[in-house]
Amino acid sequence: MKKYTNEHEWAELDGDIATVGLSDYAIKELGDITFVELPEMGQVAKKGESIAFIESVKAASDIYAPLSGEVVAVNSELDTAPELLNDDASQTWILKIKVSDSSEMDTLLDESEYKIFISAL
Amino acid sequence: MSATIFEKSHIGRGGIRLPKHQVQDAINLPKSLLREEKAKLPELSEFDVVRHFTNLSKKNYSIDSNFYPLGSCTMKYNPKVEERVANLDGFANLHPHHITNAKSNFIQGSLESLKILEDDLKEITGMDAFTLTPEAGAHGEMTGIMMIGAYHKKRGNKKRFVIVPDSSHGTNPASAAMVDFEVITVKSDKNGAMDVEAFKEAINDEVAAVMMTVPNTVGLFNPGIKEICDIAHSYDALMYYDGANLNAILGLIRPGDIGFDVVHLNLHKTFATPHGGGGPGSGPVGVKDKLIEFLPDLRVGYEKQKGYFIKEPSPYSIGKVSPFFGNYMISLRALVYMQTLGKEGMINVSRKAVLNANYILSKLKNYLDVPYDTFCMHECVLSAQSLYKQYHVSTLDIAKYLLDFGIHAPTIYFPLIVHEAIMIEPTETENIDTMDYFCQKVIDAVELAKNDPEAFKEFPKTLPISRADETKAARSLNIRWQED
Amino acid sequence: MPYTPHTKDDVQAMLAQIDIEDEQELFDSIPQELRAKQFELKDGLSEFEVYENFKELANKNETSKVCFLGGGYYDHIIPSAVDALSNRSEFYTAYTPYQAEASQGTLQALYEYQTLICELSGMEVTNASMYDGGTAMAEAALMAIRITKRDKIIIDIGVNPIYIKIVKTYLAYHDIKTVVMSLEDKLDSLLDANTAGYIFQNPNFFGSIEDFTSIIEALHVNKSLAIMSAYPIALGVLKTPGEMGADIYCADGQSLGNYLGFGGPSFGILATKQKYVRNLPGRIVGMTNDRDGKRAFVLTLQAREQHIRRARATSNICSNQNLMTLRATIFMSLLGKEGFAKLALQNYNNANYLLSELKKIENIKIFNRSPIFNEFVIETPLSGDEFLDKMSQRGFFAGLKLESLFENFEKRILVSVTEKRTKAQMDSFVSSIKEVL
Repeated sequence: MKKYTNEHEWAELDGDIATVGLSDYAIKELGDITFVELPEMGQVAKKGESIAFIESVKAASDIYAPLSGEVVAVNSELDTAPELLNDDASQTWILKIKVSDSSEMDTLLDESEYKIFISAL
Repeated sequence: MSATIFEKSHIGRGGIRLPKHQVQDAINLPKSLLREEKAKLPELSEFDVVRHFTNLSKKNYSIDSNFYPLGSCTMKYNPKVEERVANLDGFANLHPHHITNAKSNFIQGSLESLKILEDDLKEITGMDAFTLTPEAGAHGEMTGIMMIGAYHKKRGNKKRFVIVPDSSHGTNPASAAMVDFEVITVKSDKNGAMDVEAFKEAINDEVAAVMMTVPNTVGLFNPGIKEICDIAHSYDALMYYDGANLNAILGLIRPGDIGFDVVHLNLHKTFATPHGGGGPGSGPVGVKDKLIEFLPDLRVGYEKQKGYFIKEPSPYSIGKVSPFFGNYMISLRALVYMQTLGKEGMINVSRKAVLNANYILSKLKNYLDVPYDTFCMHECVLSAQSLYKQYHVSTLDIAKYLLDFGIHAPTIYFPLIVHEAIMIEPTETENIDTMDYFCQKVIDAVELAKNDPEAFKEFPKTLPISRADETKAARSLNIRWQED
Repeated sequence: MPYTPHTKDDVQAMLAQIDIEDEQELFDSIPQELRAKQFELKDGLSEFEVYENFKELANKNETSKVCFLGGGYYDHIIPSAVDALSNRSEFYTAYTPYQAEASQGTLQALYEYQTLICELSGMEVTNASMYDGGTAMAEAALMAIRITKRDKIIIDIGVNPIYIKIVKTYLAYHDIKTVVMSLEDKLDSLLDANTAGYIFQNPNFFGSIEDFTSIIEALHVNKSLAIMSAYPIALGVLKTPGEMGADIYCADGQSLGNYLGFGGPSFGILATKQKYVRNLPGRIVGMTNDRDGKRAFVLTLQAREQHIRRARATSNICSNQNLMTLRATIFMSLLGKEGFAKLALQNYNNANYLLSELKKIENIKIFNRSPIFNEFVIETPLSGDEFLDKMSQRGFFAGLKLESLFENFEKRILVSVTEKRTKAQMDSFVSSIKEVL
């Protein structure tokens, strides 16, 4: 089950591996995505730290680690096809993190909480 | 036709005859030092080149041909006498290394012009000294922040932050970052001014400087400015004045009198030098006495015996930010403009710039949203938010519509704090007829948005291209011509 | 007031529209105590009076002597078409091409500029220009630091010392070690795991030409970047930064169709490899199409820049030296493939002719050990000042006094030659030197 951050990342946990992406709302706000700067494998980040970077024609934004841990995979398809995110953000993962504390998942918003959160923006 | 010059090339053509070669062809270099083949520059006759670039020029809007009400950019008329002066052989062909050789006798005229310019800028801003070496506004910002860094370093102050309002130009935080300061962004109040309460919360002992634009980027004067200066100074934070909007206050307010410590000016804006399609500019920086020792090198002095000369740099100087006197020939043009205006002319600039902006505001305020319902200074900020909500016609759509009527679009989507912002700066050099025409076209656009919003997708229709695909440009990057 | 068109009637009409009596009311928001304490400037003048004033100033500058002064700023030919075209007000008085539909002229010219610079330098990509050669070099150093995530920059002694000063100013506020090599230093002993980049110049500031290919290979083994400065005219014949494998090329563009103008405006070239394009600061123009499929040019990759990324931008630079790049574009287009190579050769031949003539004078020492391109260093028995003054009395700007820029360079003069110098001028220069020595 996907959970969300206030910064519009989603995370889905399978064992101790979290798959991370950006919400449809975030991608819509950014517009046509032109570039995703992916982290190096093995990079370690704490929850809330910047871990990647995304650019559109008119905007640029950090992607923050939704959970603490170590990067174990990146979606290198995005190097050549960043438009995948515009096609379907919820199905397009950006990176995977081996999480160090899976209880952090409880601090994230579930889908209905996130919907309320963005409706107030 | 938008064929590039490379597609017009034909082997064997040439656009120039070089002076007759009078010495022996002596090239005698090993192959390892030479390029393998000649650079693939295009081959065209002089006439081919002239026609190519003449036709390109016709695809531009420019201040000489079009109303250009770009907020924050001060696109005013550039008097032609500036060019006549800049073409004088004594200026155009003057070698800068006479400075290095310390042969001031060869450069007395230019040194004198720089001294006059510095003295005039001091009087205009109320500052104590200027450096004329920064080459653009952003370059001036960086120079100013470097001096602030040097000032705190010498005093042993531990400073890490620069405060900017959320309405600031992007160059402000970027310039602070160039000098390795962290940026604290303070939000604006409902009038678009930096919120004094929020500022009080943000300021601390580690703040090196507060960067402000006056009037601010929504075109309003911030009445709390003096209070902000006083609070900043109580933390030994210096006040930085971004001169982007100086046109509004020429002869009316002097940043130095209010309490600013560092000021950069955009001579290419306020003092009417041609923008050349995006540069060169000139961004001199003025400082108060306490910062003079940190100014970049190359300052002009005068003594009756010696004439004009280059001063010895202070041991605390931040060093060199440009090779010589920056974009000297731009600064020279600005000085020409200043001398044609004189005192009364300069006061008249700000009066008429503000009058023009308010005239436009008053004519459009019933048609677009007015985020700040008060008199503006030299530019007014309107918003198309209601139109967008009701009819899905955006600020961008209106901008593109105006292009079709010979009007360059105003600044759009800036400042960031106003949704669907349209920022209009007519400048003092536009007449009432042009402004009436502009206002009518904006009103027409608003009417069209209500009646036929779909029509906006097509604008502009009459320009060399319709709307360009910027997404494709960024995704499949093509930034140089290559033969297939 | 010739630049403000307001008649009394206009003003009355505008005040009525705004619904105020007097334009002063518009300034009511500004408290009296904040108003200017003084504003004492001279009275305005007619353009004719102003022109005469400046003519007088221009006459106090000296530009009439035969120029052998260079050091990065050269007295080159400027074809008439460069002035005629760049002075067209559609180019001259346009603003930054943010509205692509109304700026195709500027944008296409910039795209052509980018292409010409890539062809000339052998580099893969370039931006729409920086302020000047020195700030371009400083930005190149910052690029190398961003790309390698290392913190040490080594600068060769042969780099223009004025640029070195600018690089040092830019780097001083960051935690970066800047090492300027001496004549005796060897790169091997300075290169280490912290080295982000090595900056060198070819031909170097003293005019000498070298092949840096193997040095660049060594840098790459060390995962450091090679930042090369090169006089653009020389690239008409010399091995290019691209051919040598350089990662970043930076230079000043004055010599490409721009006036000396007391040092500015000129423009800075900054070019690199495709893989580093997102690390380039400044504007970049790209080709795309419009909604009807027609070819179109736009500013692209803007998300790197300050107006979007603010404090996280690749640089704070906003403008480019657009008018100067336009002049360079026209200049290179006029010269073309053959003309540009020939121009470079003329510079080389003239300088080498003068060098061979000066070598015949007994009490002149030549400093250069390697081949030279367009300039070289002589050492005379006279002090630098005495030499320059005596030669100026004979009608020459005889060169650059190197002791102003380097320690222990007394009596050494950098002599520069361009295609504009005739054989007669060079011969007269030689005979004048014989007289003064």
